[in-house]
Amino acid sequence: MLTPESVPVLEVSHLVKSFAVRQSILAALQRKPTTEIRAVDDVSFKLERGEVLALVGESGCGKTTIAKTLIGLEEPTSGEIRFSGEIVSASARRTRAGLLVLDSGRVGTREHMTLPHMSLKRLRQHAQMIFQDPYESLNPRSTVFDIVAEPLEVHGLARKREERLDRVRSALDDAGLRPAESFFERFPHELSGGQRQRVVIAGAMVLKPELLLADEPVSMLDVSIRAEILNLLSDLRRERGVSILFITHDLGTVAHFADRIAVMYLGRLVEFGPTREVLQQPQHPYTKALLSVVPVPNPRLRRERVILQGETPNAANIPPGCRFHPRCPVVMGRCEDEDPPYTLVGERHEAACWLLEQSGSERAAAAA
Amino acid sequence: MAESPLLSVRHLSVDFLMQDGQKGHALEDVSFDILQGHTLGLVGESGCGKTTTLMAIMRLLPASARITTGQVNYNGQDLLSLSERQMRDFRWKEMSIVFQGAMNALNPVMRIDEQIREPILLHHLMTSSQAAGRVGELMELVGIPKERASQYPHEYSGGMRQRAMIALALACSPSLLFADEPTTALDVMIQAQVLELLKGIQEKLGLAIVLVTHDLGVVAEVCDSVAVMYGGKVAESGSIDSIYNTPQHPYTERLLQSFPDLNRPAGDLASIPGTPPRVTDLPPGCRFEPRCYKRIEICATTAPPMLETSPGHRAACHLCRGPVSSY
Repeated sequence: MLTPESVPVLEVSHLVKSFAVRQSILAALQRKPTTEIRAVDDVSFKLERGEVLALVGESGCGKTTIAKTLIGLEEPTSGEIRFSGEIVSASARRTRAGLLVLDSGRVGTREHMTLPHMSLKRLRQHAQMIFQDPYESLNPRSTVFDIVAEPLEVHGLARKREERLDRVRSALDDAGLRPAESFFERFPHELSGGQRQRVVIAGAMVLKPELLLADEPVSMLDVSIRAEILNLLSDLRRERGVSILFITHDLGTVAHFADRIAVMYLGRLVEFGPTREVLQQPQHPYTKALLSVVPVPNPRLRRERVILQGETPNAANIPPGCRFHPRCPVVMGRCEDEDPPYTLVGERHEAACWLLEQSGSERAAAAA
Repeated sequence: MAESPLLSVRHLSVDFLMQDGQKGHALEDVSFDILQGHTLGLVGESGCGKTTTLMAIMRLLPASARITTGQVNYNGQDLLSLSERQMRDFRWKEMSIVFQGAMNALNPVMRIDEQIREPILLHHLMTSSQAAGRVGELMELVGIPKERASQYPHEYSGGMRQRAMIALALACSPSLLFADEPTTALDVMIQAQVLELLKGIQEKLGLAIVLVTHDLGVVAEVCDSVAVMYGGKVAESGSIDSIYNTPQHPYTERLLQSFPDLNRPAGDLASIPGTPPRVTDLPPGCRFEPRCYKRIEICATTAPPMLETSPGHRAACHLCRGPVSSY
């Protein structure tokens, strides 16, 4: 696929993903309205070629749903996903008969209709996912060679034995498992946590993808191993030019290699901007709180921590107005009724908070 | 010493008999002290013996493990010489444990308040109606709303379960609390809430806490002193300030550097190549020698002695200088 450099690898616009909550038979018979969980609510972002974007937020904020939707494991409810300029999903709705109706009015099977421009299979050749737990994402009964070679088989690539051997060898080598041959016949249980995660990464890289979706790839690993995996991802980006969407709840792990950070709360992006700016001048109260609780390995730097009370509310019950207002330490009257728009606070740095809007209009007034 | 420690562990060694008949040295010569009302961080990678240390102190090791040498002194009493019956009196009333993985450590088919009432009644501390009041107190202490007390674990979030685990551990008012990776599977915000809770409880009740974790950031936030473990041994121990600012052991040094720091967000992180040794296949000299970037000839053959590099700061490394530690 020849793509001009200027086309982003990934372009997500107004992505919405909601899940219907299962009803009891009684409730269904009484025709009670079905409740809906809006896991992802109007999210837009771009990922440039060779860029690392960190998607940060707490459990239940919708970050994993985004990744699953991007790779076609979930259908988007509405919105558009473009991969290297090609649409990979269009909004579709289901008829009573279970068929999908596209905006164009055509009816067809699920896969056919939701991916009219790029098939799932072709998408997954270019976008690969790295899951959280390397203890559960590897088949315990397959050898490392089979695990890494399987994607080639699925996609009908490198059919010749020699070629396949080469691809697997170089994927393992790229993932830092050297000498590669010594790992071919090993089983996952013979490997350490860090080595397992490297096998997962090799399995993703063997297809030479343009995009890696890494869902908390280091949160199950020890700190010393974490550093190795983060450095490895960083090398892959530099040497292979792969773009990475890095999903995590820990701002600390992204500081070192993400170019940009998007902070997500309850299905929506609340702040996004270049890493350095977001870390040094966070604008949204939620980002500030998240940053303040990142443990710093220096007892002399114990800071004032903003510990938010409670937990992220259930997405079935999104608060009105700004969805962060019930937990916000600087909440104002306006926040309870109106959802704040995005305010540009720096170059490519935006945040959605009424406080910013206010200071922005004050600035404008002062300038006038 | 001005204050005698609440718990002092000396030269504790534990062997495991593996399935294939091999012997694994899970712990060797582990020594440390905990003062009343203080928090000790026990830090190291998976498999370095942190949990085994706790289990040995509580005498909860599996049947395949044996304590070969050492003393565990709790308030002047040697726990290792107690009978199982006497030991049972110690557990929960004197020392208790918040187990790793709050997801799996609670009984899924028992209501939370019943689970917390159980140890109180088992230890014959109060009548059943008094126990109900005690459960209420504990719930309030850890911040679980009254109306949720009689729910089942699956109705709780990860953070709530961890709160319930802490209430459970505190049920019989122990003086010493072991917390085994209490925040590892939790989000940073919930982690901060749980750490804040532990600190608050410690202030209120004057508890001593041993916090087991692989996360040096967590230790820096809440601990008074640290013991860094590697391959079943203590590599370095001391006050939090001296360990973080003047680490003596190359392992501690590297662990600190491999930690992502928000204040210097550039460049690669230092990593520690290789993997920790297996307990059945330990290096003959210093346990860290195969992965150490500062190793010298002697490291491969001779295990370094524990040296007191400055008052209260101990490290086991051939490159360190100081008198041999008294323990």
